[in-house]
Formats: sequence, C-alpha cells, structure tokens
Amino acid sequence: MNWFLNHIDLIVEKTGQHLVISLLPVLFGLIISLPLGWLAGRNPIARAVLIPVSALLYTIPSLAMFVFLPLILGTQIIDPVNVIVALTIYTVSLLVRAIADALSVVDASILAAATAMGYRPARRFLAVELPLAVPVLISNLRVATVSNISLATVGSVIGIEGLGKLFSEGFQRQNLDEIVTGVVLVVVLALIIDLVLQLVGRAITPWTRTAVKS
Amino acid sequence: MNGLFGLLERLVDWFADPKHWSGFDGVPVRVLEHLEYTALAVFIAALIAIPLGAYIGHTGRGGFLVVGLANGLRALPELGLLILLVLLMGIGLLPVTLALIVLAIPPLLAGTYAGVRNVDRAVVDAARGMGMRELAVLRKVELPNALPLILGGLRAATLQVISTATIAAYVSLGGLGVFVFVGQYTRDFPQMLAGAVLIAGLAGAIELLLMFVQRRLVSPGLQPNVVRRGTTG
Repeated sequence: MNWFLNHIDLIVEKTGQHLVISLLPVLFGLIISLPLGWLAGRNPIARAVLIPVSALLYTIPSLAMFVFLPLILGTQIIDPVNVIVALTIYTVSLLVRAIADALSVVDASILAAATAMGYRPARRFLAVELPLAVPVLISNLRVATVSNISLATVGSVIGIEGLGKLFSEGFQRQNLDEIVTGVVLVVVLALIIDLVLQLVGRAITPWTRTAVKS
Repeated sequence: MNGLFGLLERLVDWFADPKHWSGFDGVPVRVLEHLEYTALAVFIAALIAIPLGAYIGHTGRGGFLVVGLANGLRALPELGLLILLVLLMGIGLLPVTLALIVLAIPPLLAGTYAGVRNVDRAVVDAARGMGMRELAVLRKVELPNALPLILGGLRAATLQVISTATIAAYVSLGGLGVFVFVGQYTRDFPQMLAGAVLIAGLAGAIELLLMFVQRRLVSPGLQPNVVRRGTTG
C-alpha cells in the first residue's frame, strides 16, 4: 500500500498509457469488423475466407505478434503501435465471427417486414439488423476488451509502456508491492470497463427488458 | 524492401544453422520444454475443471459461479501472476505450472459446464426413463453429447497456455520464449524472429492436431455440417 501511495504519479501515467494501448484497439476493431462481419454474414464466399483467416490470426501468440508486426509496419520493436495493431487484430478476429453469426440469426420475417416498409439494404442494416445484433456484439466486445486490458501487459517484457511495466520493473527490483499493485490495477480497470460496456449495452437495448416488466 | 529480404535471408540462415538444432539450448529442447509446461498445466487443469464443470452442469447448482469465475479470471494479467508466483516461490516448475493452470481452468470449466448443461433435456429424461442411474446418465449420455464443447474448451485452454508459456522464458524458465528474449538482449533480430516463427508454428500445429482429434472423437451425429437424414423407408 505504501508503494502505491508513494508512486501515484507513476501509476496514473502508466494507467493512462495502458488505457490507450488496450482501448484504442477495441474502437478500431469494432470499426473494422462491422463491415467485415456484415459481409461474412451475407456472402458465403466472404465467410469462407474471413472466418478461417480470423481463426488463424487469433492463434498467433501475442509475443510472436509483437515481433512480427515491426517487420510489416516498419516500426521499432518497443513502439506501442505494435501492441495497438496486434490487439486490434485479435479484436477483429473475435468480432467478425460474432457479428456474422449474430446477423445470420436475425429472423427472416423481420427482414422481410423491414424491406416491405421501404428500408433500403444499408439503412435496414443500420436500423434493424445491427440493433438486433447488439446483445451478442456487446458480450463479445466485453470479452475482447477484458482480454485486451490483460494482454496489453505482455508487451512490457520487450519494453513497451503501460501497466505491464509495473511487472517487468517490479521483477527486476524484486518488488512484490509493485507487482501486486499492477495486478490489482489491471483487474480493477478491466472490471470497471466491463461494467461500463454492460451498462451501455443495457441502455441501448431497452426492448430486451420490456418483457420482464409487469 | 531490401532490408526485409535481407532479414528473411538471415532468418532462413538461422534455421539452417545446425548449431541451433542441438545442445541444451537448441530448438528441439526448447520445443520439448514448451510442450512439457503446456501439457502439465492443461492436464492438471482438466483434472480439476472437467469433473467440476460436469458436476455443476449435471446438477445445475452453482452455474453463476462458473460464469463469474470464467469472466473474472480473464481479467487477471498472466504476466503479473507469473512474476508474483516466481518472486514468492523462487524460480522453478511450480510457479509456472500454477500460473498456467489458473489460465487453463476457465475455458475448460466454462466449456464442460455449457456442454453438459445444454444437452437436450428430452435425451436426459429418456436416459433416466431407461433406468440409468445419475452417474451413468452423466457418463454415457451427457458427457458424450457435451464433447464438442468440452473439446472446444480444451482447445481454447491449450492455445492460451502455449501462448502464455512463452513468457516463462522471461523468468528464466526456458521454452520457446528464450529465443525472443535472448535475441532482443543481444540485438539479434533474426533470432527474435525465429523464436516468434517457432511459437506461432507450434501454436498452429497443436491447434490443427486438436481439431483433428475433435473430429475423430466426437460422435458423427454431433459433427457440424451433418445432414440429418429422415427415417423414411
């Protein structure tokens, strides 16, 4: 606890860095996977390509990814961009499949009704299909976000900033307090953001609760 | 681009060099170490998680516990846990195995629980109606039907453990992570890259192997893409 109180500035700085490298990928991942998931959900050929490629990318261990990416991106090995891109790739792999599956189970009669009401495909996607897919989307987004926050610490073993630095530096200094602080911070951060996403999910899908009211 | 090709050439040279394939720090030894950590952790985790998940799924008591545990443990930073255990217990097989077991339990537990829980109730009732005792219902009906999800959990657990075992090298414990860390320490990028290739290759190979095992073990009636034929004629 003493270590924590004496290093508040350092902790705030690392937490800020950590949030950037773990949450930007969630945002980028969502933006990229929506069109890809939509494509995979309606086109069997796109699905046959996108789903196995996602699964393959997902199997690449993070440490290997942090080494491969500088080669492709031309970045330095300790550049936080590598972590952001790596975690974006994992987020996309998880979400593309989830979005494709969520969209493909939307009731055909609902789609027909929307079309009959005059919705064009793009607007029908945004106004009807996507909102219906939100519960599945949010639950996968929560998984991706929590694992990103935890995975982003791995970069510290090759010198990337963030809360993981508390682990690598704590190990070098044999400082137990520093490591415990890091573990607790990462878990608390993940749980808070998970809760926020859960609440956002509830707020934007009011229709899922109407049945429960009496 | 020239730099990239030069690097790839040095990567090929690294793999072609016989001295990287022999001795106590050669590729085969590191692969074996890596597989040893992985197998030990997944095996122990399965011994704990599969019976527990099956029991909870069969009785339906404590399901919230499984969901909560699976979500909560996902937030736990594995690197921090590993370093913490090493500082507390000293460098050795025990802290690594413990950290990896903690990592492997949630997917196995969640997979087994969901698999057993989601077996068609009519099938379970039919088994009871035929006079099967509870243990037989679980062993002969629920577990075989749950196998796809159990093996899915096993695959997820194994993949995560292989991936995370790379950081064992960070606390001086060997495995394939060694090439990455030694490569970085000695500013030998081809070696780092070779380590990354080996790690990704091992993860991919084990994933394929487990997919194959899954296809062989799961009853044909439960395989995806099976066309169920009508019982006409």
